[in-house]
Amino acid sequence: MKALQILIDGFAISSLYATGAIGFTLIFGVSGVLNLSHGSIMVTAAVVAWLVAGSFGAGAYGGALVGIAAAVIVSLVTYGLVVRPIQHSRTIAREEKEIFVLTGTLLWGIMVQEAIAYIFTNNPKTVLPLIGGVVNLLGVRTPANEIAIAAIAWIAMGLLWLLVNRTRGGKALMAAAINPRGLTLCGFELGSIHLLVWTIYGVLAGVAGVLLGSFLGVSSDNAGQLTASAFSIVVLGGLGSVTGSLVAAYVVGYLESITAYLVNPSIRTVPVLVLLVIVVYLRPQGLLGRR
Amino acid sequence: MRTRNIFLSALGVAVLMALLPFLGVGGYVLGLLTSAFYFGVFAMGWDLLFGFAGEVNFGPSFLIGVGAYTAGLLNHYAHWPIVACVPLGALAAVVAGLLLAVPALRLSGPYFGLVTLVAVLLLQNVIVIFAGFTGGEIGLDLPDVLAISSRVNYWYALGLATVVGLALFALSRSAVGLILQASGQDAVEAAALGFNVVRHKLAAFCISALVSGLAGAMLIFYLGTVSTDSVVDIAIGVQVIIAAVLGGRRTILGAAVGAVFLIVAGELLRPVGQLSSFIVSAVALLVILFFPGGLLGRVIVREGA
Repeated sequence: MKALQILIDGFAISSLYATGAIGFTLIFGVSGVLNLSHGSIMVTAAVVAWLVAGSFGAGAYGGALVGIAAAVIVSLVTYGLVVRPIQHSRTIAREEKEIFVLTGTLLWGIMVQEAIAYIFTNNPKTVLPLIGGVVNLLGVRTPANEIAIAAIAWIAMGLLWLLVNRTRGGKALMAAAINPRGLTLCGFELGSIHLLVWTIYGVLAGVAGVLLGSFLGVSSDNAGQLTASAFSIVVLGGLGSVTGSLVAAYVVGYLESITAYLVNPSIRTVPVLVLLVIVVYLRPQGLLGRR
Repeated sequence: MRTRNIFLSALGVAVLMALLPFLGVGGYVLGLLTSAFYFGVFAMGWDLLFGFAGEVNFGPSFLIGVGAYTAGLLNHYAHWPIVACVPLGALAAVVAGLLLAVPALRLSGPYFGLVTLVAVLLLQNVIVIFAGFTGGEIGLDLPDVLAISSRVNYWYALGLATVVGLALFALSRSAVGLILQASGQDAVEAAALGFNVVRHKLAAFCISALVSGLAGAMLIFYLGTVSTDSVVDIAIGVQVIIAAVLGGRRTILGAAVGAVFLIVAGELLRPVGQLSSFIVSAVALLVILFFPGGLLGRVIVREGA
């Protein structure tokens, strides 16, 4: 009974983690950027969805869509205002760009987080569930919303798969991850590919944020934790590897659920941290990383 | 500017600062500057590792926290005097730093950063899990304090910041500093030139740990309490990083200026309440985007570099 409960809850939370982390890893793969404002973008999506669905009476679906749109906007602003200027700067040495992007996105993330806290306070916000009611799943009473969350997360990831493997833009995107110079030689504009990947990233982070908001509730204080957990998942799976992130998200999600249910909810992140240290030391390229 | 001139100007500034309490500056401002100086030491220790060795340490508060908690627990439970607790705290930070760095330095870039970040989160979790012993999130009261007088506390902090600042600055301008810088910028070439890159980076990490632990241990005897919020939390580490980048990387002394700027700005912005960290972050971001060298970047650039 408890095992089944863990299985179901763990699946929902893992799917959420996977959606957020895949966007994070995609950006790293294509443009080599570790976006430390990730958590703030997820929080933005959740808070906007909460606001639009509740105060403006747009309903759960309307709120979710506007929330995702907000995440896309913040994501593009992050790229246009912080990442791109640093990448194109002439005064910053090439080997130092990575650290500048890290610090820049970190600061930008704090700004977004503080702005949200200032306008909407840092009280946890729970987004309206997309589907109400409770379903009896093999004897476990499960909120229907939890099933919807897993389904939506998987649909989002499925669409991403189709986009990357079946469309011209998606293929160009993968090519950019493998060899950006080769791609420009073929006549592709790298700038538009970066815009595309930041848009896709915004959608994924937005979906993850809205779903997380309807599942557990989100406060602006969670931004740092969300970034850290996406970072951990991505490194655990192997930086830049989408499949790796997917696998790692499930490892992390289930490890956390098992700890929370069987040991103590207050230490739910500890086994993951320990596992992360072990993996990074023994296999720095991560579970499914290249190199 | 020449190394000698910078050294002398920094010393001059320190002497002027030491005279502040006689110029009618009140206890409130002195208290503010006292915490700023401790932060300055954290930031200078971080800059040695980042600016010179080229390693991003996301967990400066791991080293600070280990030093602070070792000293705090010894003082609270064993009632050891401060003069014993502080060096032991610094030593513990070096040992913990070595345990972290020896395996971690095989990693590079984001991986090293992540491991240092995880170290902080683990330390914080351990402290909270053993709350009965460590005081958890509420913190642990310390029976001893450095000094009652705000002037004396101010001089302790200023003295530490001056000694550490000048020592690290001298180190950064020495041959060792150059080798570190070379290892940070191109590890392969530095190794090809016959320098032991790992050993130099490890030494930088130990020195960084030593000063962070030392300042962390002294800070808690100034505060009179040791808690995760004041010495371990990720937010502390973020502040240290912002201070160092704001002041100017690879300048050591800039990091101290950045820390003072950050703390004073945070205090001046107190009337705007929650917006203060927004504004501070925005200013730091603008500095990074438009003056990547930082506040002191133009002044303290090595000739020919």
